[in-house]
Amino acid sequence: MKIAVCIKRVADSETRVKIAADGKALDEAGVKFVLNPYDEFAVEEALRRKEQAGSGEVVVVALGPAAAQETIRAALAMGVDRGVLLQVDRIPADGLVVAQALAAELKDGGYDLILCGKMAIDDYNHQVGPMVAELLGLPCVTSIAHLELQGNTGVAEREVEGGIEVCEFPLPAVLTTDKGLNEPRYPALKGIMAAKKKPLDIKPTALAVGGLEVLAMTPPPDRKDGRIVGEGVAAIPELLRLLREEAKVL
Amino acid sequence: MTAVLAVLEQRDGALRKVSHEVVTGARRLADAGSGTVEALVLGGGTVSGADQLGRFGADRVTTATHAALGRYTPEGYTRVVVERVRARQYDAVVFPASATGRDLAPRVAARLGVPLAADVTDLGIEGGAIWATRPVYAGKALLKVKLLARPALLSLRPNVFTPVERPRAAAAETAKVDVPERGGRVVVREIKAAAAGALDVAEAPIVVSGGRGLKEPANFRLLEELARAFGGKAAVGASRAVVDAGWRPHADQVGQTGKTVSPTLYVAVGISGAIQHLAGMRTSKVIVAINRDKDAPIFKVADYGIVGDLFEIVPRLTEEIRKLHA
Repeated sequence: MKIAVCIKRVADSETRVKIAADGKALDEAGVKFVLNPYDEFAVEEALRRKEQAGSGEVVVVALGPAAAQETIRAALAMGVDRGVLLQVDRIPADGLVVAQALAAELKDGGYDLILCGKMAIDDYNHQVGPMVAELLGLPCVTSIAHLELQGNTGVAEREVEGGIEVCEFPLPAVLTTDKGLNEPRYPALKGIMAAKKKPLDIKPTALAVGGLEVLAMTPPPDRKDGRIVGEGVAAIPELLRLLREEAKVL
Repeated sequence: MTAVLAVLEQRDGALRKVSHEVVTGARRLADAGSGTVEALVLGGGTVSGADQLGRFGADRVTTATHAALGRYTPEGYTRVVVERVRARQYDAVVFPASATGRDLAPRVAARLGVPLAADVTDLGIEGGAIWATRPVYAGKALLKVKLLARPALLSLRPNVFTPVERPRAAAAETAKVDVPERGGRVVVREIKAAAAGALDVAEAPIVVSGGRGLKEPANFRLLEELARAFGGKAAVGASRAVVDAGWRPHADQVGQTGKTVSPTLYVAVGISGAIQHLAGMRTSKVIVAINRDKDAPIFKVADYGIVGDLFEIVPRLTEEIRKLHA
C-alpha cells in the first residue's frame, strides 16, 4: 500500500499570538513550531495501514519554509519512509494555492491513499484536503474519526452535527483525519536516529498568485473586564439577575 | 449590483437553523452592494421552510430536487452547486461552515478555481472589493482578507450571523438537476443519530462546559442536568484535559484542537482556562465561570464569575434555571 500524507508546520497551540511588524502575520520570534496535531493522526493512520498490509511506502509532503524540514523529520521519526518539502518562503493564506502545489506533486505518485489533517490549527482553513481531491479527481471523505479498508473499498465515519455519517468510498481516495481516529505514537530514540538518514527531497516551489489578499491581522477585540459576582451558592440570585437584566441572555 | 448565492442546508427534508444564518449573512453582503440574494436548496423532495426564506431576505429561492440529493453526497452536491454558479454570474457564493459546508465549499472552490474564505465572522464590501474577517489561531487573532476572484466564496461560522427578518417577496424557481443516480463515488450509507435532542457544541445557543474540576467522568451528570434545565437549547462541552483523559467524547472538546464556539451563553465549570481553551470560546457573547480558584485565568475572560465549590453551586443553579423555564 502506497500512502502519501500532507503535513504542515504550525505554531504550537500554547503560543501566545503576537502580530508581526507588517501587521499581516504572526510574529514568529520565540514561537515553538510543531507538526500540526491533526496531521499526526494522518501520519499515524498511514503507518498503521502500511504495517497491516505488511508492505508499502509512506511518504510525507509538506509545503513550507526551509525550517519545515524539522517537521518532516518528526514524521520520519514516527516511521514514515521518506519526505518531500515543497519549499516556499511563506505559506500563502489562499488554501487553493497550497492545494494546487500539493496536487501537482502527488498527481503521478500512484498513491492508494492520500491523507491530510482535517485542518491546520494556525489558519483554520479546513479546505486543503478536499481541494486536493477535487484537483486530482479523487473521491474524498473529510474529518474521519473511524476507518475500515477492505480491498479497494473503504468505510469511514465522520462527525456531523447531532450524528455520525457513515461513508463508503472506493480507493484511491483522499481522506482528512479528525481527533479520535487513533492515538499517534511517540517517536522512539531509534526512530529519531533513523530519521536523520531517511531521504528528504527539497524542491524549490513557485506558487500561483492566488486570489486572496491579506489586508490585516489584528488581535481579537478585548472582552469587557469581567467581575466576580460573589462566592458560593449565595451568589446565584445575583448571577441570574445579571444574566437576565444586564446581559439579557436568559 | 452584487449578486449573492446562498447555499443552504437541510436534513430530513427540513432546513437547518444555520440556513437562516447564511441567508442573513448573504443579505448583509448583498445590501452592501445594493444587490440580490438567491437561496439554493438541494433536497430529495419538498424541503419545509424553503418557501419562507423571503422572510430572511432571499429575493429568489431556487430548489434542486433529485432522489440522490436527499442526503448530502459530496460529489452530487458539488456538481449541482458548480453548475448553478456557472450558469449565472454571481459575485459571491456563501455557505455555512457546518460539517457539510466545510466539506462542500472547498470542493466547489477547487472546481471553480477560486479561493475560499472559511469560517467567516464578518464581511462587507469596500471600494468594490468583497472582504471577510475570519478567526485564525482559534481566535487568538483575526485575519481580514480581500477576495480578488469572482465569484468570492465564503463559509460563515455558525451562531455568528443571527437571523434577522428582512421580508422580501421571494420568487421561486426550480433548477435543472443532472446528477448520477447514486450521487457519486462517495456514498453516505447511514447517519447514526446521537442521543435524541443532543445539540452540537458548535451550534448550540448555550454551552455548559466542564474541566478537570469535575474530578471524575460520572460528575458530568451535573452538567448534563444543567444543560437540560435550559430546555433543549444547551449542549455539554469539555476541556482538552478531560477529553484526553477519555472522560468525554472528542466531538465535545472546545479549544484550539477542538471546536471554536460562539454561543450566546458559555458556562465554564471547573475549567481553569488554558490559553488553547480560552481561544476556542472567547467569542461567546456572555461567559460565566464557576471555579474554586479565584486566580484561575478563566475569570479574566468571564463576564460573570462565581468562586466556590461547583458541587454545591451547579445543582442549585440547575434548580433555579429549571424554575425559570417551568
